Amino acid sequence: MSNFSIELKDISKSFGSIQANKNVNLKIKKGTIHGIVGENGAGKSTLMSILYGFYEADSGTIYVNGKETTIKNSTDAIKAGIGMVHQHFMLVENFTVLENIILGAESGMILSKSIKNATSEIKNLEKSYGLYVDLDARIDTIPVGQQQRVETIKALYRGAKILILDEPTGVLTPQEADQLFDILRALKDQGTTVVIITHKLREIMDLTDSVSVMRAGEIVDSLETSKTSKEELAELMVGRKIRMNLEKSSAKTGETLIDVNKLGLTDSSGIRRLDNLNFQVKAGEIVGIAGVSGNGQSELLEILCGILPCSDGKIKISDITITPTNQTKPDKIRHAGIAHVPEDRLKRGLIPQFSASESSILGYQNSSSFNGIAFTRTDAIRSHCISIMKDFDVRPQNPDIKSANFSGGNQQKLILAREMERSPKVLLVGQPTRGVDIGAIEFIHKQIIQMRDKGSAVLLVSGELDELITLSDRIIVMFDGKIVGEVDANKTDEKELGLMMTNSHEQKNGQKYE
Amino acid sequence: MSKTSSTIPKWADVLLIPIINLFMALAVSAMIIYLVGENPIEALKLMIEGAFGSSEGVGYTLYYATNFIFTGLAVAMAFHAMLFNIGGEGQAYIGGLGVAVILLALDQYLPFWILLPLALIGAMLFGAAWAAVPAYLQAYRGSHIVITTIMFNFIAANLMVYLLVNVFILPGSMTPESRVFEEIAWMPSIQSIFATLGIEISDSPLNLSFIIALIVSLIVWIYIWHTRWGYEMRSVGFSEKAATYAGINTKRVIMITMLISGALAGLAGVNEIMGVQHKLMLDFVAGYGFTGIAVALMGRNHPVGIIMASILFGALFQGGAELSFDMPTISKEMVFVIQGLIILFSGALAYMSRPWVEKIFIIFSKNTKKGA
Repeated sequence: MSNFSIELKDISKSFGSIQANKNVNLKIKKGTIHGIVGENGAGKSTLMSILYGFYEADSGTIYVNGKETTIKNSTDAIKAGIGMVHQHFMLVENFTVLENIILGAESGMILSKSIKNATSEIKNLEKSYGLYVDLDARIDTIPVGQQQRVETIKALYRGAKILILDEPTGVLTPQEADQLFDILRALKDQGTTVVIITHKLREIMDLTDSVSVMRAGEIVDSLETSKTSKEELAELMVGRKIRMNLEKSSAKTGETLIDVNKLGLTDSSGIRRLDNLNFQVKAGEIVGIAGVSGNGQSELLEILCGILPCSDGKIKISDITITPTNQTKPDKIRHAGIAHVPEDRLKRGLIPQFSASESSILGYQNSSSFNGIAFTRTDAIRSHCISIMKDFDVRPQNPDIKSANFSGGNQQKLILAREMERSPKVLLVGQPTRGVDIGAIEFIHKQIIQMRDKGSAVLLVSGELDELITLSDRIIVMFDGKIVGEVDANKTDEKELGLMMTNSHEQKNGQKYE
Repeated sequence: MSKTSSTIPKWADVLLIPIINLFMALAVSAMIIYLVGENPIEALKLMIEGAFGSSEGVGYTLYYATNFIFTGLAVAMAFHAMLFNIGGEGQAYIGGLGVAVILLALDQYLPFWILLPLALIGAMLFGAAWAAVPAYLQAYRGSHIVITTIMFNFIAANLMVYLLVNVFILPGSMTPESRVFEEIAWMPSIQSIFATLGIEISDSPLNLSFIIALIVSLIVWIYIWHTRWGYEMRSVGFSEKAATYAGINTKRVIMITMLISGALAGLAGVNEIMGVQHKLMLDFVAGYGFTGIAVALMGRNHPVGIIMASILFGALFQGGAELSFDMPTISKEMVFVIQGLIILFSGALAYMSRPWVEKIFIIFSKNTKKGA
């Protein structure tokens, strides 16, 4: 038997003219945790999808436990003992946990029998790895951290000896991530090989035994984690030196530009999504909103920019007043100098099928500089697009390419450029660097701080705690639609924020926020 | 890379794939013709001859094409807002009613050059009105546009029977038809236009409406890609969420788009009622509304593609009629089968050959890379 669980030899894969993987060679030792890092589009996910049988490699060989293995589909992969936890969970939302686990692996026609067998087997898994989860709960009623456990159990239940996790902590709080890491370590101790794909270097340093860095479809280096550093990895990923920490001066605040007063939102099924929010954002400061996703941050942003009507309370934003009876439409708000970089850039921020120049006027399509009496001024729109692409270093600098064909970072830069170009009084930013590579993150952060220094009021919603801490002057923490605390960004850390986000922190007077 | 971007060049997507689809349909048709004991090559020759072999044939082909251009544009327009307007049939039918109402009321008082714009407006207004209710239900009540527009086709058919039998019928007549319009209200035929230029061509139903259809195609192209309204419409079509973000009133865009779509379908009534029949009658739409769906699909919702697809379908209709005339074993129904096959392959199965073409292009591009 071989020492290596997985050996990849000269794996290449291209999609049309795009070479996603190029002669990839990788060896992963049995019973270790191996990290794969790289920027978006570096080919990490493609490589793992080849291993799990979603794609077939154009050339190259895969050895599993020293044996040459052809993996044509996920059934082959499962047979070879490979399990995968996807970034986007593959669960049936209205099935129970148990039903999801046995889905596709039922042992016979009669369901009750397989359920019985499965239950005892799953109980064993739970005990040996600390993977506790309520088997009878419906998937859509349990938190994401638990859903991820279900995915893990699913893989193990199918006999996985090699577990691949694709960006597993993207949706988790720091505490949930720590729990996941404990489980992964337990798995490792019992001989399972774990491969984890991530772009968070901290996790690599904490968790893995060895790490491979991918760039532009190739593995540029494989290292032992104990013999490397975050800085070295970051440099390998981008191919140049990266400044990890941003310097910024302290905020010089001016007049209040966002004033949220007793804001509330009740959704169509009667659930309170937002409850009694009170806060202000002044000119010249960045206020961050922290929270586990789904605790009302997105709704707050959408109310502020006019997409969603609020149910109660009052908002004054720049010169505009929003109340439940006085609903202001997004275009009015935009023209009052309030720019919005939406959380979901592909669904809201731009239109993937549009050319870059068409996307570069989204929201400003009625502006007189882009329109004649009836016809749009295509030349003006193109040259506008080229000029903002220059300012924000969007590559490739071609206004005629489809928006979808830019990388995530460049799409985001295009949106930021569009929204910042008019020097807005208020900037609402959601997840500015989600799925954006390190090089672009640095640039985007600089731009946001520059907006602040020019006197804009910036409200920043982000799932990345280090981003919130680096950029914000103050951080407001939301839980279950309520504000559960506010901290000075200079005096807090991820641990404290993480506890506040799950509402498990103790207030100074010993009382929990309720 | 999770997204697989298109790997084939645009010309292949726009031109090659429709041609492949067409050939697949012809191949299956050839087999059927062979099975009934006729020579497929001979049959194809007859069809092409019939459609393009004489000025009369060309006239008929383009006359059919005129209808398809209007109904195809209607489907395409709605499709850019991601609305599937199946109601072209009913909208064209009611559009024809609009033309007839104007002409029956005014043909004794006004000259042609005033009647023409009035008739066009009548057709568009009536067609748009017929699309208005489904549009409203889609935009403000969430009823699916496919269901409502289909139902409105039936309502249109029954309404027209009622109106013709009870309102427009000539006293004492047994056929449900209106009176014939004064000759001044007839759309000049292409034959008569050519005659004034001193060129003689044979008689066909082709009339000025064909030119109007071409002009309307140009206007539609400009609207979709060169106005802010077209921009808003396409935004709503591609991503309603992004459109909302951009401050676009998506409900209003749905309304406007469907009204325009209905108006375009309604214009088919001008060709039929003002150009050919010169009276209001039953069933003059004869499925042109439904064929418009296939035309729009084959023409990739682009006016140029629609004009080309319309001419192809026009040729099919005309050539098919000639074929069944010259080859008695090939009945009219058989011609319908051939038409149906082409609609099937270029409409419903429009993307069937795409993966194969993609594969060929991938192999091809690899070989050229290796060679270089």
